[in-house]
Amino acid sequence: MKFSLGPILYFWDKNSVLDFYRTAAESSVDIIYLGETVCPKRRELRLEDYIDLAHQLREAGKEVVLSSMTLLESPADLRELNRYCDNGDFLIEANDIGAVGLLNERGLPFVAGNTLNCYNQHSLRYLMKMGMQRWVVPVELPLRWINSMLESSEINDVRECFTTELFAFGHLPLAWSARCFSARAEGKSKDQCDLCCKKYPTGRAVTSQEGETLFTLNGIQTQSGYRHNLINDLQGLQHIVDIIRLSPQENDTFLWLERFQQQLHNPTPFPLQKPDCNGFWHDQAGKELIIASTGSH
Amino acid sequence: MELLCPAGNIPALKAAIENSADAVYLGLRNETNARHFAGLNLDALKLKEAAHYAHQHRCKVHLAINTFAHPDTWQHWTSAVDEAITCGVDALIIADLSILQYAAERYPQAELHLSVQASATNAAAIDFYAQQFNVQRVVLPRVLSIAQVKNLARSCTTPLEVFAFGSLCIMAEGRCYLSSYLTGQSPNTFGACSPAEFVRWEDRNGVLESRLNNVLIDRFGTNETAGYPTLCKGRFTLADEPGSTPYHALEEPTSLNTMELLPELLALGIRSLKIEGRQRSAAYVAQVTRAWRQAIDCCRADPEKFLVKNEWQAALTQLAEGSQTTLGAYEREWR
Repeated sequence: MKFSLGPILYFWDKNSVLDFYRTAAESSVDIIYLGETVCPKRRELRLEDYIDLAHQLREAGKEVVLSSMTLLESPADLRELNRYCDNGDFLIEANDIGAVGLLNERGLPFVAGNTLNCYNQHSLRYLMKMGMQRWVVPVELPLRWINSMLESSEINDVRECFTTELFAFGHLPLAWSARCFSARAEGKSKDQCDLCCKKYPTGRAVTSQEGETLFTLNGIQTQSGYRHNLINDLQGLQHIVDIIRLSPQENDTFLWLERFQQQLHNPTPFPLQKPDCNGFWHDQAGKELIIASTGSH
Repeated sequence: MELLCPAGNIPALKAAIENSADAVYLGLRNETNARHFAGLNLDALKLKEAAHYAHQHRCKVHLAINTFAHPDTWQHWTSAVDEAITCGVDALIIADLSILQYAAERYPQAELHLSVQASATNAAAIDFYAQQFNVQRVVLPRVLSIAQVKNLARSCTTPLEVFAFGSLCIMAEGRCYLSSYLTGQSPNTFGACSPAEFVRWEDRNGVLESRLNNVLIDRFGTNETAGYPTLCKGRFTLADEPGSTPYHALEEPTSLNTMELLPELLALGIRSLKIEGRQRSAAYVAQVTRAWRQAIDCCRADPEKFLVKNEWQAALTQLAEGSQTTLGAYEREWR
């Protein structure tokens, strides 16, 4: 089992990003995804900066993947995507089917990101034909569903040709819009956003009128209110998942990496409570926290 | 420019046809379409009747097979494709890669439309679907500005369909898991957003509360119009501003209405205008179809002098969610 750091989903200033990856370089993480996947207006780091970082991290022994934009709307977005695809060195995580097309034209392999809609073994096989090397599971799929896909006869003969990665820790990316909700919260439109999402390195939590934490505003992305955390489910997924993804948090990301890794060697139920959740994995509403399952798989 | 209207049942189909829709779209009575609601949609037998009736009246029929096929019941989706072909529908609206592949290989003559649920928002994605599956039309997600639609119309050879009127998804369709985060069921996995079985309305001392799987989505005073409780249209509070007035953090209950853009859409060569609302009544379909038929015909006759008539606007506003309409993402300011 390997561990990865997903792309940073929030808008952090450049120094914070560089600090984070300095720590990552010295950590025990195996794979690092770099790149801006949420909003093309966030330009603290350019592609060139990410590629510099990628080389440094590779020298530190990490496998590096460049993550591409999720919601591509304008010709400028596509030009930037083309530049990612033409980097000539690093594997790309395709987060839109347009990226799959561009990479396939170039004969390049790719990681199928969790926003590509791959919900069955036939679609999985199709993506393999297009060059998929690794499949990042859509966040809403439960263990049962993934088992059905990976154990199906249609996948049998190619099961060794790709790896499977699971988003196992962090606030879940749940939706993307044309509208910027961070700007809206400040009474601004997206065109005049002043990059205000930079003030919120963990996004902005939103609660119901009864005080229940519901979701997190992160620019055009809406995330879960609770933090998805599958630390107690690692034992049950080793036979189908090759890579566990942790989504970078402002604090304690590497502490949680250690905790996750310890679970592999010495599984002991970790005491979870809200605001953690794990419902999707257990075939429930995503916001639920299923305690009963703790360590029982 | 085609006027494409929703038909959740036979009366709605007839209403669309009586009011001169060019085409209607339907779904089968199962999880293969994104309006998988109790009592809605047609079985295979009714689909055949519907197609026959529509064709007699020179109206085209599109079948929406626009959810993502499940691993254990994948054949339900391929059967839907088979049934559509047997019933002689004019086009299949598909979202799933493997179902597109199946339809393109098995029925190379069939007209395939890319569902909005496939989230094709850019030229690379549109070209991909056209090249891979010979998709002959792409339904654009409701996240694009009119300038972006214009760009796609210019740069892609694949004909485009846009949403003209109806409930407004403010998230890129096919990539929204808000419903499953709250209820365990989403458009992608179940074929419905915020399914009715999770919805609860409660009157508390004159304040109407709407809940989705027990989560409070909104509270309405006596003179407020209550909206259906989807997470994206509720009133909430910023956690870092406790005690502040709850606001529509994502969007208000409102419907999309692009009628004032008709001359532009016509000039761009948009192939089809889609009316949302297979879950709505035959009366809704009749009124919306009538207004849009008249508007399209007026616009075609003299695009430069086209103005939205008050009677059309009034008819549409009355049928809109929250009795208000918006241009949504088509207009930059909305964003």
